[in-house]
Amino acid sequence: MSEPRFVSVLIVLTAAIGICGAVLSRAEDVKQESVYAELTKAPEKYRNKQNPLANDRGAAAAGKVLFEEHCEDCHGVGATGGRKAPSLRAKEVQEAAPGAIFWILSNGVVRKKMPVWSKLPEPERWQLVSYIKSLSVSESTLNKK
Amino acid sequence: MPFKRRVLSFVSFAFAFATFPGIRPTQAQENPYIVAYDHNLEEPANLEVEYFSTLGTQRGGPNFHAFWGEFEYGATAWWTTEFYLDGQTTFGDSTVFTGFRWENRVRPLKNEHWINPVLYMEFEDINGADKILKEIEGHDVDSDFLVPNALARSERKHEAELKLILSSNYKGWNFTENTLAVKSLDNSPWEFGYALGVSRPLTLKGAAQRCNFCLQHFIAGVEMYGGLGDRYSFGLHNTSHYLAPGLAWNLPSGWTFRVEPTFGLNDQSHQFMLRWGVSYEIAGFGQKVADMFKGKHE
Repeated sequence: MSEPRFVSVLIVLTAAIGICGAVLSRAEDVKQESVYAELTKAPEKYRNKQNPLANDRGAAAAGKVLFEEHCEDCHGVGATGGRKAPSLRAKEVQEAAPGAIFWILSNGVVRKKMPVWSKLPEPERWQLVSYIKSLSVSESTLNKK
Repeated sequence: MPFKRRVLSFVSFAFAFATFPGIRPTQAQENPYIVAYDHNLEEPANLEVEYFSTLGTQRGGPNFHAFWGEFEYGATAWWTTEFYLDGQTTFGDSTVFTGFRWENRVRPLKNEHWINPVLYMEFEDINGADKILKEIEGHDVDSDFLVPNALARSERKHEAELKLILSSNYKGWNFTENTLAVKSLDNSPWEFGYALGVSRPLTLKGAAQRCNFCLQHFIAGVEMYGGLGDRYSFGLHNTSHYLAPGLAWNLPSGWTFRVEPTFGLNDQSHQFMLRWGVSYEIAGFGQKVADMFKGKHE
């Protein structure tokens, strides 16, 4: 392939990636069903999973540290919601099965900018679930309902 | 622009990023790999500024220090883009800027699977003096580096590189396999290479208090990489291969340190290289830049 042709292909490819990215991220913004709808999509196998650290008293405390390190930037201080991601004190999250939250953490919602957190080992993801489930439903969330 | 000024510009740029008002660091969870990639992409709108260094031994010639700066940005949760600036010092010869690279990694599947594919595309505009060994391809061998910088830098290389990254996380372990194909513009044949990696945090549970030295922040691993010849002479003949155990230390303050002693596995490889890197992850960088141009909404 000659250099000019290669450069043209590269420019077209780059533009295509950029346009696809822009269109898809726009689509992500437009399709505002419910930000919590993904929780209901967790497969039954995951929903029925029990938190293996449910009886571990330190799990929620460790989960809080992990939350501050990895999640707080998007979900806000105390998981009350931020500019980029919703509150995790919402009724939908607090009433969701621990396995469903674990499934979201493991798979992300990549089309809606929630990254995949499978890079955290399973026990750390369960510690995060313990912390999230230890939070109370916030009043502001209830008022929105 | 003289090389020193370029380096100074890069450092100033990186410093300006890190100290930009309102910029917050976030803890990364980086594997110790320097060559291999896993399927974990950068979080959306986060920017990671990285510096890597390779001290390499050279048979029959002066040793070298190759280095590169890297800006890694999470464009979306499924697309990460990176820009590199490369340089090297050959002891007793000179220090030269060797070019730039632009890479993109795209995760095509929505959910996590047993094996997670990531597609990788890179464009390189480098010269023949480049020694960063970010990947080994084709018949790359240690004697390639014997050419003096003044001569080597006159050779320009425009290359397109494609990789298929297949990576899995299982019980805290990460296993990754990268297959790469490189095409130069000068009608030279397709060249091939590989990288394999395995890693695991030193402990799988998080501690109940913030700490810098907790075992959860350390990830140990090993990677192996090398060339697989080209389209006309595919295989291990006249190729170089390396084995590199490594350790990554991910600090809660957003800094990550990586170190990787690297051992050449055959006579065509550099006998030993010491590779290390430092990176700093900035949370919500894209958001901050967007806000800067939008003005305040409140």
